Amino acid sequence: MAGEPILDVQDLSVDYLADRGAVRAVADVSFTLGPGEFLGIVGESGCGKSTLLFAIAQLLAPPAEIADGRVAFHGQSLVGLTDRQLAAVRWKDLSVVMQSAMNALNPTKSIGSQFKDAMRAHRVSDRSEIADRSAEVLRMVGIDPVHLKSYPHQLSGGMRQRSMIAMAMLFTPDLVIMDEPTSALDVVAQRSLMVQIKELQQRLGFAIIFVTHDMSLVSHFSDRLMVMYAGQVAEAGATRKVFDAPRHPYSAGLLDAFPSIRGPKVPLTGIPGRPPDLARPPAGCRFAPRCPQVMDRCRVDAPELYAVDGVDVRCLLYDGSSDDE
Amino acid sequence: MSEIQSREAPAAQPPQQALLRAEGLTKHFKVGGTLSRRTLHAVDDVSLAIGEREIVALAGESGSGKSTIARLLATLYRPTSGQIFFRGQPMAGRRSRAQTLDYTGQVPMVFQDPFSSINPAFRISHGILRSLKLHRPDLPARQRQEEAERVFEAVGLTPGHEMLQRFPHELSGGQRQRVGFAQALATRPKLILADEPVSMLDVSIRVGLLNLMAQLRDTEGVSFLYITHDLASARYVADRLMVMYAGQIAEAGPTEEVLARPKHPYTQLLLAAVPDPRAPLDVSAQAEVGEPPKVIDPQPGCRFRWRCPLAVDECQTVTPALRELLPRHQAACHVARADEEVRPFG
Repeated sequence: MAGEPILDVQDLSVDYLADRGAVRAVADVSFTLGPGEFLGIVGESGCGKSTLLFAIAQLLAPPAEIADGRVAFHGQSLVGLTDRQLAAVRWKDLSVVMQSAMNALNPTKSIGSQFKDAMRAHRVSDRSEIADRSAEVLRMVGIDPVHLKSYPHQLSGGMRQRSMIAMAMLFTPDLVIMDEPTSALDVVAQRSLMVQIKELQQRLGFAIIFVTHDMSLVSHFSDRLMVMYAGQVAEAGATRKVFDAPRHPYSAGLLDAFPSIRGPKVPLTGIPGRPPDLARPPAGCRFAPRCPQVMDRCRVDAPELYAVDGVDVRCLLYDGSSDDE
Repeated sequence: MSEIQSREAPAAQPPQQALLRAEGLTKHFKVGGTLSRRTLHAVDDVSLAIGEREIVALAGESGSGKSTIARLLATLYRPTSGQIFFRGQPMAGRRSRAQTLDYTGQVPMVFQDPFSSINPAFRISHGILRSLKLHRPDLPARQRQEEAERVFEAVGLTPGHEMLQRFPHELSGGQRQRVGFAQALATRPKLILADEPVSMLDVSIRVGLLNLMAQLRDTEGVSFLYITHDLASARYVADRLMVMYAGQIAEAGPTEEVLARPKHPYTQLLLAAVPDPRAPLDVSAQAEVGEPPKVIDPQPGCRFRWRCPLAVDECQTVTPALRELLPRHQAACHVARADEEVRPFG
């Protein structure tokens, strides 16, 4: 990681306010992101990964609210900024690519006019400048600029998602936050989009936070990986380290849940059970009810994040006091 | 363990008497207004056979026609042309309500989305008891309850009598999809049409449902048409694999054989796109930006030719037919050869 971190998230917690009390969807998440770094965040539905993204981008809407912690972007705290202050940052320095491009694009406006809106909002009014830049970013993602005149329904799912990414590139931001941008696409389109994102990142040098439920998807693209379970960070470290030797039983289970397309065919079991209800999280480790390596004290003591060989792991197997084997 | 090993057994011998057979199955949809009437060829001239106790995977990108095939086989659509035979009997002759009920009971469908396919206003028992009453009217009420409990336990929803009393919102996605399988199982099916049954589920529980399909094949003798876009899961569970492209079968054969020696360039492209965390890092692969065509008023010629690096003149004008290149292994490609390794992708 070179230079100062561009994003610094410390002890971030997000609550959903409900009648019977607050539900903590994200609990004490901390990480920093360097310039040009690619962070993959993986986890299953309800683990808090999308809520975390929304909290970082200040897109939470009631009943969700940041309960604690801070988010600093280029040293400036984003928590508590007014919409007007945030507007100056959004698109220009930080852009967000949402899960479903089908719904994120306005169906009644051409691609070009949506690009124009974003640029005008940031006081770029010169017509030829807008036209040139719009064509340029569309070309970057491999779409012919004639499609600036096209409406979203005239494009395929893959092209719509690529236009969303092109739109995020309009101002060459330092950070692009992506929430499952490929999950609605086919394997071939998915693979090609990932390669394209990585190429763009190498060329333009922006940092990426990429949220996905598909661990294998980011395996070849992210520098660091953060595995979330039930609102907490379960394991975080260099992608290769986590893949080659997953330490948390949940990461190991997730990795083993994918049938392989090559190599010997082995019976798999997945991870039986379901994630806990966050309104009533279990005492001790939140993964204990599903964990194949559970020990007695896992049901009592809540594990912290322990540093093991440069990887942070929230598991009592690594707390240094391995008394009960 | 036994599930995985016994999986190879039925694949070793070709299905003698096919359970379900389709010949020249074709489904066209009219698109456009009155002045620009055009025809979308969703499925074009597909022939296939599914044997007893066999899991056949039908793989392809979205828009390739795989779900249309499932709906044709489920008789939700009437084919534009072509025939479906169930146990040798043509479907076209079956018209009465009793015949339809008999067929939909023996060939039920499990849908992709377990969150919208169960009525949220009723207990889980509601749907399955109704289905039993409809399809097996000879069962007295008390035995219906027992049978519902039996199929619930068979799909791993235990204890059955308790799970039946739950409401859908009390179940996880994986459990709901098991309810879908239980409902299919209740009508004593011979073949379950499973349209992307795991793609909406969390990764950690998908494999449990794939194992369930193999287990039902082995213990209940049910065959499956497993529709998926995920080749790795097809490899895990299916005895045979059919790859579809733009409404036609591109390649078919025993799963391991097709994946080890893919003959059609499209199968090779699909294989190369599968993310494999165990494989070494390789970002150098070029981005393939081609997309499957919308098959509207197609001209003759191979439908993959625009994306195919191997295309020759013949591909522009002659639609390739499925040819047997290796024993039981067919591909619809002019260029593919039995003995040669031609690998444009990956």
